Amino acid sequence: MSADTTSTAPLAAARAPALLRRHWLWLAAIVLALAIPWLFFDWSKGRHSGFALTMLSEIGLMSVFALSFNMLMGQTGLLSFGHAILFGLGGYCTAHTLNAAKAGLFWLPVELIPLAGGLGGLVFGAVFGYVVTKQRATAFAMITMGLGELVAACALMFMGFFGGEGGISTDRVTGQSLFGIEYSTPWQVYCLVVAWTVIATMLMRLQTQTPLGRMANAQRDNFERTQFVGYDPRMIRFYQFTLSGFFAGIGGALYVLVYEIVTFDTVAAAKSATALLAAYIGGAGSFLGPFLGTIVVVLLQSGVSLISNAWLLYVGVLFIVMVMFAPGGIMGIVARHEPIARMGRLGELAVPYARILPPGLLLVLGFVTLVELAQLATIGSAQNKSLAIGGQPIDPHNGLPWAIGAAMLVAGGLWMRREARVFRARWDALMEEAKARGLPV
Amino acid sequence: MEVFLVSLLNGLVYGMLLFMLASGLTLILSMMGVLNFAHASAYMLGAYFAFTISQHIGFWPALIIAPLLCGLLGAMIEMYGLRRVHRNGHIAELLFTFGLALIIEKVVQMTWGLLPVPYRVPAGLDFPLFSIYGTQFPAYRAFMLLISLLMFGAIWLGLTRTRIGLVIQAALTHPDMVGALGHNVPRVFTTVFAAGTALAGLAGVIGGNYQVTEPAMAFTMGPIVFVVVVFGGLGSLTGCFIASLMMGLIQTFAVVLDYSPADLLRQFGIIVTSATPFHEVLTVPLPRVGALLPFLLLILILVFKPRGLMGTRDT
Amino acid sequence: MLQSLLSRLAIGALAVATCFAGPTFAQGTIKIAYTDPLSGPFAQVGDANLKQMNYILDYINSHGGALGKKFELVPFDNKSQPSDALIALKSATDQNMPFIMQCSGSNIAAALIEAVNKHNARNPDNRIIYINCGAVATELTNEQCSFWHFRFDANVAQKAEVMVRALPKEVTKVYLLNQDYLFGQSVQRDVKAFIAKLRPDIQVVGDELIPLGKVKDFAPYITKIKASGAQALLTGNWGPDMNLLIKAGIDAGVDLRYYTMYAHLAGGAVAIGPGGDGKVRSVQAFNENIAPEIGNAEAEAWTKDFRSKYPFDFYAAGFRTIFEFLAAAINKAGSTDPTKIALAMEDLKHKDFLGYESKMRKDDHQIIGPYFVGVFKRGVKYDSEKTGLGWATEATIPAKDIEQPTTCKMQRPKA
Repeated sequence: MSADTTSTAPLAAARAPALLRRHWLWLAAIVLALAIPWLFFDWSKGRHSGFALTMLSEIGLMSVFALSFNMLMGQTGLLSFGHAILFGLGGYCTAHTLNAAKAGLFWLPVELIPLAGGLGGLVFGAVFGYVVTKQRATAFAMITMGLGELVAACALMFMGFFGGEGGISTDRVTGQSLFGIEYSTPWQVYCLVVAWTVIATMLMRLQTQTPLGRMANAQRDNFERTQFVGYDPRMIRFYQFTLSGFFAGIGGALYVLVYEIVTFDTVAAAKSATALLAAYIGGAGSFLGPFLGTIVVVLLQSGVSLISNAWLLYVGVLFIVMVMFAPGGIMGIVARHEPIARMGRLGELAVPYARILPPGLLLVLGFVTLVELAQLATIGSAQNKSLAIGGQPIDPHNGLPWAIGAAMLVAGGLWMRREARVFRARWDALMEEAKARGLPV
Repeated sequence: MEVFLVSLLNGLVYGMLLFMLASGLTLILSMMGVLNFAHASAYMLGAYFAFTISQHIGFWPALIIAPLLCGLLGAMIEMYGLRRVHRNGHIAELLFTFGLALIIEKVVQMTWGLLPVPYRVPAGLDFPLFSIYGTQFPAYRAFMLLISLLMFGAIWLGLTRTRIGLVIQAALTHPDMVGALGHNVPRVFTTVFAAGTALAGLAGVIGGNYQVTEPAMAFTMGPIVFVVVVFGGLGSLTGCFIASLMMGLIQTFAVVLDYSPADLLRQFGIIVTSATPFHEVLTVPLPRVGALLPFLLLILILVFKPRGLMGTRDT
Repeated sequence: MLQSLLSRLAIGALAVATCFAGPTFAQGTIKIAYTDPLSGPFAQVGDANLKQMNYILDYINSHGGALGKKFELVPFDNKSQPSDALIALKSATDQNMPFIMQCSGSNIAAALIEAVNKHNARNPDNRIIYINCGAVATELTNEQCSFWHFRFDANVAQKAEVMVRALPKEVTKVYLLNQDYLFGQSVQRDVKAFIAKLRPDIQVVGDELIPLGKVKDFAPYITKIKASGAQALLTGNWGPDMNLLIKAGIDAGVDLRYYTMYAHLAGGAVAIGPGGDGKVRSVQAFNENIAPEIGNAEAEAWTKDFRSKYPFDFYAAGFRTIFEFLAAAINKAGSTDPTKIALAMEDLKHKDFLGYESKMRKDDHQIIGPYFVGVFKRGVKYDSEKTGLGWATEATIPAKDIEQPTTCKMQRPKA
């Protein structure tokens, strides 16, 4: 026994730095996730900000959902309009399991509850997957849309499983825990969400390297050749759909743990749309893209909507700008910098970037001013937040603020055009150099 | 018999309204492969434009001007937006139209307010045309039927008798070949997108006062239009026409037929009680789910016949 | 390297967003978090409520507020999503607001009740009261009743009873059509129960449920209703499901009385239009013609003032009752401590600005007050949304008639 430990300890110690080098990103992400809430800690009252924790938890659970969605869209090339049904049904299964555990029907620690959601998602994924994976491309998208509408309608109609409009509410404080934690505070739940987000993300990451994950990519890229190689693309789609159901179910389970209720909204089309938007904005082509996209989408939904009722308009504009100028999403933009980074000359872009920043800000500011003015003039200051600059309230019926907004927009646009040309020149030059050095561009 | 006749008429009117919306989308989806989420927004814009125009110069000019405005908007969207996004793939195009739908909704809210606007049936058409068994058939419904039939005729003639129509028809099935033959495919795309948007606008003009003109009308009308298009099959206007009528009639007649799966099982001697598993689902009468039937049909047809009803190629 | 840069950017974005999220408020006010849809296709719901609430609060604050403090409404857009409502709740408790208010959707109400219960049990030093201004599922004050939840609108069962009591003698055949979810199913069940109890002479000739928001053409339903020989159509439908139903009925020229629960809300009058003259009725807590009808000039002037400021009608007299209740309870408790306010609110009685008395019942925290049935017609003093038609009171149901028993077993906090 003692000899055993002495022999492995140095080995493990030697291996640790290597592990650290390879997986530092994961570790950094976990440390970061656990550190951010302390930025919002209310020291005067000695408590965490429930708002920040809930929003971060939302990011965590939605990113699991978005990543599971991307198992279909990014990896298998299947666009699903009804992915939320797996998320929501996983949530319903979790809620029923949690209630049963609370009632003492069986012992199940809260830490393992997400598995119940995952299994629920897996089972429903297999059932629905059997039907929907018969087709691919647009037909697949349309079948999932129809299915999504049907399940969402059923969730309202049938009280037994779905609990009707009020949904199924639960209590996560079941008193059953592996570590003796109560999970009564948002902080404890947040830690659980972080843990499961990491586990699910790692598993999904590993899945991309399995033969199934590789074949999913193959059938996305060349559907016919996959068949020639001897695989049945239908079965690849089916397994992939079922597995993504498992992870969507985990996301749903985390939703239940955070909010302690699951309602029909979790299966509705709006949730599916959120995943699609997150995956696309972040970049469906890379594994971590949906994660970044989720951060952006949740901050827009829960952050910007607190400031402006026109947030949906900004979301719309953001999408249009993204699809027109950055089709690869955030990760796509990052990836384009790679050759330059490899040359170690990223620093040379700092000045051009700094120079397009002010016109960019001016452009955005002008646009936001105009939208907010229009909103104030027509719908009115519903949110009690009249537009004010430096404490000076702005009257939307006065021509001056409009003129200033328009001027900012036009000036920003013209200035931006000029700076963009400068930026472009620098960028092209660097790219040429990268090409000359034989780096993949 | 009384119920049957009235239901038939109602089903036809609703089906033709669906067709007006769906025909434009069929052209766009078949040719350009764009799942145009902003199509129902064009329907809404048509209604709002018509409301404003009819307040100033009357309903009849609005019937012409509002769809033209929508078509113009569609042409601009295609030329300055979609064409650029096209090379980024179909999902990018879809998201582009999705973003557009969000923007249009907010702009409509900012222009016309959050509440419904009083867009009414013109006085000249606001009378009961005839009455069957005591139920009046409003003249406006007959007018809707007339307009949609005229439109169907016009599209059909346009596609089969004009040069551009023939090119469009060819592009529906063999877009690459048409390009190879030297036709200006981008211009054809713009034409089709503008025409499709204009048709949605026209549907809005005559559907807006028949239903209620409010900012949520695009949101609620969206999914059903996709169902009709895909059910009818890509590349086939006739399929779209049949699918629209089918959807209209199915939903109408489902309301009238008061049966549930439990009734069917009773024919086979199985009595469903509250102890039967899934009794909640089995005892649902048809009228309760009538409006959901299109989605069920959509799934079924795509699973068994991915080309849709009369599609010329796989969805 | 790039990725770490990205994560740093993400933190920055989060920090910026959350700084925005916590705007600073004037000190010394009594804050009420208000959450309803304020954006998206159903933005009108929250928007119309918010404008009326602000109008009322301006009035109450100019008359002294409570304990010398002013009320302040802090709106949160919940986009009709329970999860967003719960994030709003967290935001409210972070800032120690004593109240959270929500009007639209029993799904969100159920989520809020559960969350408030748990929050108050887990954080006894930072409690919050949930003011329900319009989520009407009867369960919320029966099985799900909570000490921290106060409902200031009649519940479904009460509205159903009002509807049945308002049916005139000559109506003997009615048709029921409702939306297929908890609310519509409750309306269906309760209306039938009260017909059996109060009006055994009435025959229910048809009973229909429709999927929520999916039906685009109601003409076939009208055909069916016509064939059934019904004289009145009783419905709890709201939004497009109600507007399209009534429009289809009017278009077909069917001789029907429509009894609704929501036709009087913002947008209803325009959607129904002049064709609804004398046909549409609505179960309502208030209409602008009540004041002139009972000769209350002060109340009339006050609601008229609202019309001069906003392009729609004032229908939310109930909100004024809410804020007056809150002010009275805070004054009675002498504190803004939620537990004390909640205790002070129980069995509190209040005379509203029309002169009717209402009471917050201690047993289940359901307000008990009079209710009205209005008919939409021409020739009223105040018309609705410039249609030339408005709501005239057809029946006034006194509070004692709808004081229904409750099954609530209220659990009060020990401390």
